[in-house]
Amino acid sequence: MIPSAPVVQMEHVRHVFTSVDGSRFVAVDDLTLEVREGEIVSIVGKTGCGKSTMFNLLLGLENPTAGSITVLGRDPYQDFDFFRAKFGVIFQTDRLLPWRTAFANAKVGLEILGYSEAEQGEIARHWLHKLELMGFEDAYPHELSGGMRQRVGIARAFCLSPDVFFADEAFGHLDQSTAQRLREVFLTLIGETKKTCLLITHNIHEALEIGSRLIVLGKPSRVLYDVQCPTRASRAELVEFEERILDIIERNEPHHEAAARARS
Amino acid sequence: MRTKALEAEIAAVSEDAGAVTRGWGALASRKEPVISVLIILVMWQILSLFLPRYLVPSFATIIVSFVEIVSSSTLMVDTLRTIMRIFIGLGLSFLAGIIVGVLMGFSNTLEKYILPVLHFIMGVPALSWVIFAIIWFKPVELRVAFILLAGCLPNYSLIIHDGIKGISRDYYDMLRAMRPTRRQLFSKLVLPGMLPAVLTSWKVNIGLATRVVIVAELVGATVGIGNKLLLAQELFDMPKAVAWTLILVIFLLLTQYLLLLLERHLLRWRPSKEGGIQ
Ligand SMILES: Nc1ncnc2c1ncn2[C@@H]1O[C@H](COP(=O)(O)OP(=O)(O)OP(=O)(O)O)[C@@H](O)[C@H]1O
Ligand SMILES: [Mg+2]
Repeated sequence: MIPSAPVVQMEHVRHVFTSVDGSRFVAVDDLTLEVREGEIVSIVGKTGCGKSTMFNLLLGLENPTAGSITVLGRDPYQDFDFFRAKFGVIFQTDRLLPWRTAFANAKVGLEILGYSEAEQGEIARHWLHKLELMGFEDAYPHELSGGMRQRVGIARAFCLSPDVFFADEAFGHLDQSTAQRLREVFLTLIGETKKTCLLITHNIHEALEIGSRLIVLGKPSRVLYDVQCPTRASRAELVEFEERILDIIERNEPHHEAAARARS
Repeated sequence: MRTKALEAEIAAVSEDAGAVTRGWGALASRKEPVISVLIILVMWQILSLFLPRYLVPSFATIIVSFVEIVSSSTLMVDTLRTIMRIFIGLGLSFLAGIIVGVLMGFSNTLEKYILPVLHFIMGVPALSWVIFAIIWFKPVELRVAFILLAGCLPNYSLIIHDGIKGISRDYYDMLRAMRPTRRQLFSKLVLPGMLPAVLTSWKVNIGLATRVVIVAELVGATVGIGNKLLLAQELFDMPKAVAWTLILVIFLLLTQYLLLLLERHLLRWRPSKEGGIQ
């Protein structure tokens, strides 16, 4: 198998927040990882461990305090405009513009990229349809349920047909069966397009189901464990795997494999 | 940055504006305001029976004066002139105010320079501006425009600035991940995001301008409601004074109502106020 090109590279990235009163807070501490084209990487870690911060760094919205970040061969903060139409982001909270209807929210990215009205409408409707939102195009965000808003956010990301997907708890506000159905839709779409995808989740089942690889982050962010997801594992093996992950998160220490890699 | 006093003031004026709009809704749907107005009117009428006409005129005389004004050409000439002054003053203040507000919203440095100046201007009484205007300028229209500008500009800037500051950073980041141009960021985020503040600033300032313009017209205007009020005072013609005041109040209520309709249309994306807090 030919190794595919690296899409995301983070080397010894550190990010420190300085608050108004001058106190410092280390959100990301010496984070090194690489994601290759077509990989679907699930990221798990304690709440507040800096997962969303890591996304902001990869999106070029913040400049890391130290270390280097490369996405698609460029620095997302320095070469900011290179990344037009490259990112599809599903945010942890839906971040729908309250003055736009579901339809207008879904197409906002297409407006920014300068698509014609007709194309905008066609693409946005296609994705709203896929996400079971037909009939709600003209509803404003406050008229939609939390799960519907989240789905409009997903539609907005897919409309752009981006190169890299970032999903921050994309299926967090949904009931079990809807979440399951959307995960399947998501997986099909990602699989069809062979896009690279980073997915933050608190749900280890979800991490294993969608991801081809799993990264466990410590608090503050650094890689504790980086492993290929077991395929065709027996039930017992899965349970054992899950317990191992939970244990690593709880102890907040690098697993011996990751530790060995860090030494080499 | 902002002083407690100013915050209280802004809260008070916006509440003022809120009260007016809420008052309209109430008037349309409930009997309480009608009853309270009726009680005041009855008390006024009773007082007028015991006090001389130049102190508390009866309704009959007020209505006669009102009809006199409305049926004569002076209504149009004086009222239109005053309304024109209000809108010219508001228009100028709004243009300047939105520029100052947007600049402050975008530049922290400018914000630090301009905010204290605005706070200072807010502290100057309207009457001081009247006196300065008389000393500095000769043409009456210029004096009036200046007084309105000094009164309304800080309100526009401060409220619009607040509105821009209140736009969530989450939306900003969400759009920036898509790499918009500065223009797109402005038209898709800043403009709609500050619209509620713009409408509030108009509600606050229409009331303010209507009150201030009358004082401003005392600086030598020969046409206008302020001038007619002054005339009524000189003649101790209380019915006329009340009638002219009524015309102003009617104008204010009408414009507030139109603004309310405009707001309902422009901010229809907002969750409805019914069932909100309070
Ligand atoms: N702008 C900021 N200024 C200061 N501190 C911040 C800022 N953003 C995040 N933090 C802090 O950095 C830490 C990591 O935050 P982050 O949002 O990345 O966590 P997370 O891993 O996404 O958590 P969750 O799973 O709950 O979403 C938190 O402790 C938070 O308080
Ligand atoms: Mg988060």
